[in-house]
Amino acid sequence: MAVVNKPVDVVIVGFGWTGAIMAMELADAGLQVVALERGDDANTEPNWAYPKVVDEIAQSARNGLLQNLSKTTVTLRHGKDDTAVPYRQIGSFKPGQGVGGAGIHWSGVHSRVMPEELRLKSHVTERYSAKFIPKDMQLQDWGVSYDELEPHFDRFEYVCGTSGQAGNIQGRKIEGGNVFEAPRSRDFPLPPLADPPTSALFAKAVRELGYKPYALPAANASRPYVNSYGCQLGPCNFCGFCSDYGCINYSKASPQTTILPALYRKPNFSLRTNAHVLKVNTDSTGKKATGVTYVDAAGREIEQPASMVVLAAFHLHNVRLMLSSNIGKPYDPETGEGVVGRNFCYQVLNSVNLFFDKNTYINQFMGAGGVGQAIDEFYGDNFDHGPLNFIGGGVIWGRQTGNGPVRGIPLPQGTPGWGSAWKQAVKDNYLHSGRIEAQLSNMAYRGCFLDLDPTYKDAYGSPLLRMTLNWQDNDQRLSEYVGGKLQDIGHAMGAKSMSGRIIKRGTDWDTRAYQSTHINGGTAMGTDPKTSVLNKYLQSWDVPNLFVLGANVFAHGIGYNPTGMVGALAFWAAHNIRSTYLKNPGPMVAK
Amino acid sequence: MAASTSEVAPPTATPASNDYAPSFFTPAEWAFLNAACARLIPNDDNGPGAVELGVPQFIDRQMGTPWAEGALWYMQGPFLEAKAEFGYQSALTPKQQYRLGIKAIDEAVQAATGKPFAALPPTEQDAWLKRIEKGEVKSDALSLKSFFGSFLLKNTMEGAFGDPLYGGNKDMAAWKMIGHPGVRADYLEFVAEAKPYPYGPVSLHGKRG
Repeated sequence: MAVVNKPVDVVIVGFGWTGAIMAMELADAGLQVVALERGDDANTEPNWAYPKVVDEIAQSARNGLLQNLSKTTVTLRHGKDDTAVPYRQIGSFKPGQGVGGAGIHWSGVHSRVMPEELRLKSHVTERYSAKFIPKDMQLQDWGVSYDELEPHFDRFEYVCGTSGQAGNIQGRKIEGGNVFEAPRSRDFPLPPLADPPTSALFAKAVRELGYKPYALPAANASRPYVNSYGCQLGPCNFCGFCSDYGCINYSKASPQTTILPALYRKPNFSLRTNAHVLKVNTDSTGKKATGVTYVDAAGREIEQPASMVVLAAFHLHNVRLMLSSNIGKPYDPETGEGVVGRNFCYQVLNSVNLFFDKNTYINQFMGAGGVGQAIDEFYGDNFDHGPLNFIGGGVIWGRQTGNGPVRGIPLPQGTPGWGSAWKQAVKDNYLHSGRIEAQLSNMAYRGCFLDLDPTYKDAYGSPLLRMTLNWQDNDQRLSEYVGGKLQDIGHAMGAKSMSGRIIKRGTDWDTRAYQSTHINGGTAMGTDPKTSVLNKYLQSWDVPNLFVLGANVFAHGIGYNPTGMVGALAFWAAHNIRSTYLKNPGPMVAK
Repeated sequence: MAASTSEVAPPTATPASNDYAPSFFTPAEWAFLNAACARLIPNDDNGPGAVELGVPQFIDRQMGTPWAEGALWYMQGPFLEAKAEFGYQSALTPKQQYRLGIKAIDEAVQAATGKPFAALPPTEQDAWLKRIEKGEVKSDALSLKSFFGSFLLKNTMEGAFGDPLYGGNKDMAAWKMIGHPGVRADYLEFVAEAKPYPYGPVSLHGKRG
């Protein structure tokens, strides 16, 4: 028999960015809040103190801060008729583990979204035609507008102390910022970071090509900062250990640096670590959540009753919990019916390494996760897709994220992988090479989805989540087009040679090499319960006292980094819970 | 070290393995590992090789970590054949990879030449490693191509460029060779300058190089 805990107002599953935001906002509203985190507790001191954490073997080679896949992972396949095999080692994407979640080892690129992306089906139909949408592409509107989200984008940026330069304040275009961006209510809380060599060369080259570069918004503080919770950040020192690492410097925004010190003071909040949630419990009608069941570190099964349940784990686990809890109809790719697991997407990342002469110092060991210059000429619908006949776009950037030799030293094409010639090439190129990338949208398709694997199980005996995903024609053609622009920029930057990865027609999703942790979709938000799991307030259509956060709520894969959107959506959901739901708990949108 | 014969690769300047007794590798395996490492990163005019850097010691010490038991990976069956894009799909742990991989290579070399890998001259060792890298040397026990690329070569690079506290990168020599400042991790004053960084490396123990 499970131990039954004392009931609480709110139980939050997962304690990364979204869990911390929701816990703070609901504890602030006076509710009794319990957060359950399956990993360990962690904090800047002692976990990410200098120099212990800046260890490439521990963090990058052995994935010290990432999910230990031995307990639970996912299975992977390219198409619905293939047999899926487990994601046995960390590769293409990097789920986090422990308090702070992926908010610890992320880079810090802090973007918003374009208004038309949130109403993509309507927008494409209006600007082009309904026939412009390929047959198997499942476009839909998200149900929420940019204007509704703007105060919450702003809120999250001011919590994070994000560094950047506005390009559009309330409709006023500002030179030096991103002139394509949607209107923001005010400037960033901090000015942009200094440009490392890669970013400076990129900005100069794209300006010569006629584009308008802007400083990528970065949740790496450029100045000392105190946010509205009283949490303090120190200026980033470009240590070069950002993605894969916890910040040594209190500079990268994370739950620990921006929210938790204030949250932990609230007596009506409590956190339980090493609590692995097995399922959301519902009453006999299946329309009301009664709490969750979890397993603690000692292996005991414990029931936590609650008036409200919030799923705030990483993408994969939120979708898996919906499926294992039988909440919402699972998606069936044969009939196209059902919603949980539908519209599973990723992003398309093209990466080009640039090799310069020996007088051009890039010093790739310096950098910060979010620092860089970018262009948005090929983002979203900023360019005419009519003659191109594909949907989507993305951001092209020259970032300098910081890299060390264990993480891999890019070398010119044709260099041997070992021996004296390799050694000479490593010596010649390490200080003189950089990287530019194009990160592109990934549309939703009928054949790309999530469900439960019929064969493989996790350490708790539950089925693993199964990913069915491959690159589709529309996205491959987009990638070829923008990939060409990326190479043009590389030439304009003065690279003497280039190597890298451009996804083209015929390229399959390769799950081995890291590209990004920006997997999304599977419990889409939307306007229609037949094509979405959640309404615009991230409330379950089927179980109104269940809210689901994370990139899993996306209706398709946007080109920007998702964390800004994920954080803003958590503030948006919290705001509406506080202002509307708590006064009258029940469906906030009629089904 | 390998039994020395006139055909063996010339002795290295400061073999880091002289004062190290391996815990995991047998004498024959240790001879292979030292010989292979010496070819993957040779001792040459650009700086010390993998053996001088202590890479065999690094790999032996890594064999005592949870990683070597496969404890960081999902290791439940069934283990199915899959396209390369789906990554590692073998039940073998890193320890088993080294045990079986070295045995298979030495057996193949022995069958062809009458000698173990470590006793071949360097040019022949290189030729064997290139064939293994391309997948031209087969074993019933495991994929030698995967053993070479995902373990032997990858771990050699980790040992050479990782912090010296793990047993490799002796005197931070691999960092000095490429100009990597190790864990200095503080570049605010230098980041906007596309110039040579003026300081040498620092290790996790605070040693300066």
